[in-house]
Amino acid sequence: MVDHEILLEVKKLHVGYGAIKAIKGIDLFVKKGEVVTILGANGAGKTTTLRTISGLLKSTEGSILFDKGEITNTAAHDIVSLGMSHSPEGRKVFGTLSVEENLLMGAYTLKSHDAETLAWIYKILPRLKEREKQLAGTLSGGEQQMLAIGRAIMSKPKLLILDEPSLGLAPVLVKGIFKAIKEISENGVTVLIVEQNAKAALKLADRGYVLELGKITHEGSSEELLNSKVIQEAYLGKKK
Amino acid sequence: MDIFLQQLVNGLTIGSLYALVALGYTMVYGVMKLINFAHGDLVALSAFAGLTVYTNIFADGGTSIIAVITVFMFTAAIIAVVGVLLERLAYRPLRTAPRLSAVVSALGAGLVIQNAIMLIWGPNMKIFPSDLFPSTIWDINGVVVTFTQLMILGISSVLMIALYLFINKTKMGTAIRAVAIDQDAAKLMGINVNKIIMIIFVIGSALGAVAGLFIGIYYRGITFDMGWMYGLSAFVAAIIGGIGNIPGAMFGGLMLGLFNALISGYISSAWAETFTFILLIIVLIFRPTGILGEKVAEKV
Ligand SMILES: Nc1ncnc2c1ncn2[C@@H]1O[C@H](COP(=O)(O)OP(=O)(O)OP(=O)(O)O)[C@@H](O)[C@H]1O
Ligand SMILES: [Mg+2]
Repeated sequence: MVDHEILLEVKKLHVGYGAIKAIKGIDLFVKKGEVVTILGANGAGKTTTLRTISGLLKSTEGSILFDKGEITNTAAHDIVSLGMSHSPEGRKVFGTLSVEENLLMGAYTLKSHDAETLAWIYKILPRLKEREKQLAGTLSGGEQQMLAIGRAIMSKPKLLILDEPSLGLAPVLVKGIFKAIKEISENGVTVLIVEQNAKAALKLADRGYVLELGKITHEGSSEELLNSKVIQEAYLGKKK
Repeated sequence: MDIFLQQLVNGLTIGSLYALVALGYTMVYGVMKLINFAHGDLVALSAFAGLTVYTNIFADGGTSIIAVITVFMFTAAIIAVVGVLLERLAYRPLRTAPRLSAVVSALGAGLVIQNAIMLIWGPNMKIFPSDLFPSTIWDINGVVVTFTQLMILGISSVLMIALYLFINKTKMGTAIRAVAIDQDAAKLMGINVNKIIMIIFVIGSALGAVAGLFIGIYYRGITFDMGWMYGLSAFVAAIIGGIGNIPGAMFGGLMLGLFNALISGYISSAWAETFTFILLIIVLIFRPTGILGEKVAEKV
């Protein structure tokens, strides 16, 4: 399923918040059909990287290419039309809109929403169908996460970016979320995922990067990273 | 009973105007968390611009329905453009600045508009022509209803219902609500936030323009500084209803208009303003976010 064409390429990216340098020259790429994960401790710069890729933050240096086009200075809302969709950290569902309205906003860039996509989302995330008319703010945390993912794929993206989809969820829910992501990936959507849950992320992913204090310190196939001593100690909780 | 019914008619009339103006405050606040203090002055500008449009284009008398509709459409378009320029020049550069800077900018922009009105039309009161609407009056068992009042009630109701449906039932309206909740999340849906803010200013200013024209037609006398007075009342109405909440602005406007009219009818119009603020304080004590504000608590 993975072919060799590169969908997303980040080159020598630098991002800062005023005087604070959060990202210090990182390179990464994602090929069509892949699932790629970025691991890293709190404050490593994972969210900053994702927000810069999707256009919410401006880089100070470096370039971002998506689907063979330069998007370094493209506005966030235009990047969505190019086929990238970002489900942000903390879910950020529209609390006073209904579940259905949230999903329709996900399809904002399409002339009319795709009934097939909606049906598919309701199939892999059946909870959402049951709560269709309910306000998103009244959903449980896990349901909100399902909604955030569903909303992000309503635009039929080529690349789905997920920032900590399992954050704050009970283990049984985490399983369900990862199952849904796997299904989305198997349907031909390329996935870039940031996770605290390194083990689950590496099991799902083809490749991974490790980010530490704004720099990439390790990269490789998921198997290599799972077997690496350093990664095991730092992120998989294994003792020497 | 006659006084009550008469003040009911008068109160709903002025309340509709408050509501139209209050919508402008509440929509801008909802999306930008900014009190657009220049909004009242746009209302005043509309009355003056409408007067000029009317006297210049239809100077040779013979008011027709077409003439009146043209005055309303043309003036609303002018004020909408001024509203959009106001956002571009006074608010957009301060979008990420502390809110206090934006408030100061809003107050400054209001003064600029007010002084521009004074420079163009002079400091003295202007009198609006009386022939835009027929002077028909109905006397129903001692309760007087004028044609102008019926027009104000009718057109305001239609505009408010249309706005309500637009905001709640259309894709663009849903996008406006999404931007009001979370601008970054809205961008990630592909929503152009600048475009939404522009639409907000077009709608809010155009509604304010309609109110300004009605104020001219209803009260006849217009002054360059009247925007402050109407703006303040409408702002209070928006807060009473729950600022940021669209049905709240409609409700708050009607309620304040009725309340003012009843105070004027049973006590004295001199007390109307005092009681306006007493009402505001009472509402805020029991409902700090306004009567319809914050219906749903969001989980964070
Ligand atoms: N708005 C901001 N202003 C200033 N500094 C910020 C801002 N957002 C993030 N930072 C800083 O940038 C660095 C990277 O933050 P980022 O949120 O990207 O980390 P992260 O890897 O996503 O962490 P977490 O796992 O906790 O989500 C941190 O040092 C953080 O304090
Ligand atoms: Mg993060």
